[in-house]
Amino acid sequence: MVQNMTAIHSTKERRHRLSTRIWHWVNALCLLILLMSGLTIFNAHPRLYWGEYGANDDYAWMAVGSNETYGYLRFGETRIETTGVLGNWEDSSGKTQTWAFPDWATIPSYYSLADGRRWHFFFAWIFALGLTFFMIRSLWNRHIQSDLHIPRQEWRPSVIWRSFRSHLQWSKIRGSAGQDYNLIQRLSYVGVIFILLPLMIFTGLAMSPAMDANWPILTDMFGGRQSARSIHFIASFALVLFFLVHLLMVILSGPIRQLSGMIFGGTRTGDVE
Amino acid sequence: MTIITRRKLITTAALGAGGILSGCDRLSRSPDFQNILASAETANFTVHRALGDRMQMASEYSHADLSPTFRANGTRDPGTPDYAASAAQAFANWQLRFTGLFTKPQIFGLSALQSMPQRTQITRHDCVEGWSAIGQWTGVPLKILLDLAQLKDSANFLVFHCADRLGGRPYYESIDLLDAFHPQTIMAHRLNDEPLPIENGAPLRLRVERQLGYKHAKYVNEIEAVASLDSIGEGKGGYWQDVANYEWYAGI
Repeated sequence: MVQNMTAIHSTKERRHRLSTRIWHWVNALCLLILLMSGLTIFNAHPRLYWGEYGANDDYAWMAVGSNETYGYLRFGETRIETTGVLGNWEDSSGKTQTWAFPDWATIPSYYSLADGRRWHFFFAWIFALGLTFFMIRSLWNRHIQSDLHIPRQEWRPSVIWRSFRSHLQWSKIRGSAGQDYNLIQRLSYVGVIFILLPLMIFTGLAMSPAMDANWPILTDMFGGRQSARSIHFIASFALVLFFLVHLLMVILSGPIRQLSGMIFGGTRTGDVE
Repeated sequence: MTIITRRKLITTAALGAGGILSGCDRLSRSPDFQNILASAETANFTVHRALGDRMQMASEYSHADLSPTFRANGTRDPGTPDYAASAAQAFANWQLRFTGLFTKPQIFGLSALQSMPQRTQITRHDCVEGWSAIGQWTGVPLKILLDLAQLKDSANFLVFHCADRLGGRPYYESIDLLDAFHPQTIMAHRLNDEPLPIENGAPLRLRVERQLGYKHAKYVNEIEAVASLDSIGEGKGGYWQDVANYEWYAGI
């Protein structure tokens, strides 16, 4: 009897496969470093444009501005004062700095475009190779087909809406760690893995003058180099938003179980729906 | 089993974030770690050169695509007495000297360069800072000049010496021979159908279209062919490479 139990237990499928767990943490580290070193690069020219060109005399749809006394964020014609956070902030030694993003958000924390670029491009390689391996591995071991696949009958506004509404009911989220992914989760993960993350890579490549010469379609498909830079920035903040919701959901649904699941594998609770 | 309170979790996370930051700064200042990070440059260079044709052309644009103003960056005026005197006479006495590993070292005056076959191209200038400007450049293809000066077999790089100094150091840049013979690599003396303005590098600047702006040396008065970049400046192949950690290969 006891033997039977252990036999059943050991063959029970892990909630997260080893490839998923390794990729998850490598990817988390890469994205954090890419975001923070990316903000260093952004600080070199904190203005965003649409089209092929864009420099100081051209119209920027978004810009972080600063002067001696205050910092501001400008979207189109709307100015939001951001003194203390963007454009005018105090560093750890109490000195006023006028770079767009503050030291706590950038790698390195001091301004160095060259060092920021080194961090960015090194981890961009790990990120891009990691994502490629994860995609291939997840198709191969059917992680995507079995856990992330969205059947045709679920591609209906009413079903998506119902799933979205149940997400707003915290009582349903609490203790849901270990369950199969619901529709909104599958949509988010598929959207991030197959749309947002590749978009970061392709808009990044589109900004490279050498890649533009090799594969001009890259830059053209985003409507020009400065558009690619704008989309790169927007997509990175979409990823930040995903991360915040992701973190909130982990905390609400049972953080210890979720964390140990993503580290040690965890076990499945089974489908509750 | 330890019970982790929410407050403890938040404190740990905040300390962790602070630790990551100071750790990153310490790593950024470590030469060994810089070398690891810089290995990505080799990967970028190798992959860019392996993809497609190595003589692949940079995108060219039409007059309608030109930037209304072409931004200048770096030195806006070399400001030396010699340069000012040369500028006063429209650079009529400007010389471009070919030195180093050439079998027929040459000296070209500006008018001699202007009477050679020219190439005009409308290209996008991408600054390492992130901005871009589209301009029309006219100049002599570098290949024509190299064919006259004739590189020795031992030459591997061209070093562009400039008349300007930044922070007390002479500006210089370097490219390899693949870029040197690329059809879009020109010594430009005109921008947007006008003589090259001083702030954009008058009278002669390099255009090496598949790389970032800092490679496009301005105020060029000497092109030196060398076997290795080790003995030039601090040996990293360019002003920005020497003074900061900018990469020699600026294709990204």
